[in-house]
Amino acid sequence: MSENKSVKLTFDCAGGDFERAGEASAKIKKMLQRLGIPADCVRRIAIGTYEAEMNVIIHAGGGNVAAEVFPDATVITVSDQGPGIPDINKALQEGWSTAPDYVRQMGFGAGMGLPNMQKCSDEFDIQSKVGEGTVIVMKFKHQSEDL
Amino acid sequence: MNLKDVQRLLEAEVLAGEKYLDRQIETCCGSDMMSDVLAFTKRNTLLCTGLTNMQVVRTADMTELSAVVFVRGKVPDNEIVEAAAEDMLPILVTECTLFEACGILYGAGISGCNKRGKRK
Repeated sequence: MSENKSVKLTFDCAGGDFERAGEASAKIKKMLQRLGIPADCVRRIAIGTYEAEMNVIIHAGGGNVAAEVFPDATVITVSDQGPGIPDINKALQEGWSTAPDYVRQMGFGAGMGLPNMQKCSDEFDIQSKVGEGTVIVMKFKHQSEDL
Repeated sequence: MNLKDVQRLLEAEVLAGEKYLDRQIETCCGSDMMSDVLAFTKRNTLLCTGLTNMQVVRTADMTELSAVVFVRGKVPDNEIVEAAAEDMLPILVTECTLFEACGILYGAGISGCNKRGKRK
């Protein structure tokens, strides 16, 4: 990659499609590996992206996952036109979840998604409006830092 | 210990990834909650779980788990085994319950993933 160029991948994720949930994250992970991003960093990006992808599939009726890889950092943007989050501070608390029972039976909805995205990323921003949707932007610096 | 030792200790059947059984195992996580696996495991961890859906394989891919042991004799669908094989993820099945599988592995010296770090 040259100095100012970036590589971009975007995916549409269908709401409720649990069979294919995680495909976008898996493809982004493979791209990062091909680009030679440090392994520890790839793992952090993959986990953060997968958490966000699951969220749009569970809560928002689908959305868009985009990865932009710069020489020194990767930016993941996950957006949806779902119901929005009424109280973001609450949603950022570990263990707080609105996931329905069928989602918990699939192994998700422990209320760890947003806190884990924060933990994995170097910069985390969430904007949400009730009735309009949610946008999450995560920046991951390409430095080796294992979790 | 490696996955061959795990297979022997848990009297497990190998459904995928037979050729990766030399992988070394240091830490193990027992959970049916993939959210917790995503939040708390380290890379190269062995996962014991009773959950047999596709999200187990996806979670294993994202967190770079070394292998998955399905407990209580639960055999996953073929497509899940195939996806694991594609990801070079060994899949084992044991008749042990989650508690028993974790107890046997802990007794054999495997650590958990928590912040206390390695066992004495």
